[in-house]
Amino acid sequence: MAKEEVRQDTRISIRTPRARVRGLGVSHHGAGHWWLQRLTAVANVVLMLSFVVIIAKMAGRGYGEARLLVATPLVSILLILALLSVTVHMRLGMQVIIEDYVHAPGTKIAAVFANNAYAVVVAVACLYAVLRIGFGQPA
Amino acid sequence: MAPTARPTVAQPMSPHLQIYRWTWTMAMSVFHRITGTALYGGTALVAVWLVALASGPVGYSYVAGFFGSLVGRLVLFVYTWVLMHHMLGGIRHLIWDTGFGFDRAKRLSMARLTLIGSVALTLVIWAVALLVR
Repeated sequence: MAKEEVRQDTRISIRTPRARVRGLGVSHHGAGHWWLQRLTAVANVVLMLSFVVIIAKMAGRGYGEARLLVATPLVSILLILALLSVTVHMRLGMQVIIEDYVHAPGTKIAAVFANNAYAVVVAVACLYAVLRIGFGQPA
Repeated sequence: MAPTARPTVAQPMSPHLQIYRWTWTMAMSVFHRITGTALYGGTALVAVWLVALASGPVGYSYVAGFFGSLVGRLVLFVYTWVLMHHMLGGIRHLIWDTGFGFDRAKRLSMARLTLIGSVALTLVIWAVALLVR
């Protein structure tokens, strides 16, 4: 029996059930999900307001002008920060919704997998596009 | 002892949402989840827009054409409101996280402010965006 299993088994170890749920707790990742949801929420307030300004400035611009705006260092950096914060936040949020409503184990795993895949695809697609425009690669 | 047959009485079910009288806090809680889900799908629109901009003038013209159309502008307007509503709802949750705002009056006023504030912010954003342009 592995050392960790011995520590988990209250018949063998003198560790109490309370000691097991302290720290990382029964979920094995502690309050990490909750805390990261809050950190990205606070970041999103600032980043989404700047995103709204960027989109508003985008209105009425043609292709060339739109690229020039996205390629501005400040705009590129803000967009990248916003994309990272938003994709992490939305992935965590959707996971909570799945955990609340999807209970069949197979469907639940498939839903969580799809959620992760969607978040990663959106993040990578957006990052690739912003970096390509920012580093001045002609299309 | 032989097991006795269970009486065939319908098990009572706990009531679901439809039985409750709608309250502000309940409605704003449901809205927060719905707007979150909408924003989740909406990030695909951001990805399509950015990838089109990176891909070239032809691809971008289709996407810019859609967002410039009446339907596209309506999508962007609703998107703005959904974003503002989820943002204010989130700030409400952050305030609760600090331990404040749980009494009845504050609960109600914060829930109302979420809806009123999100509509007001959306109108201000569009008014400023249209006037400055």
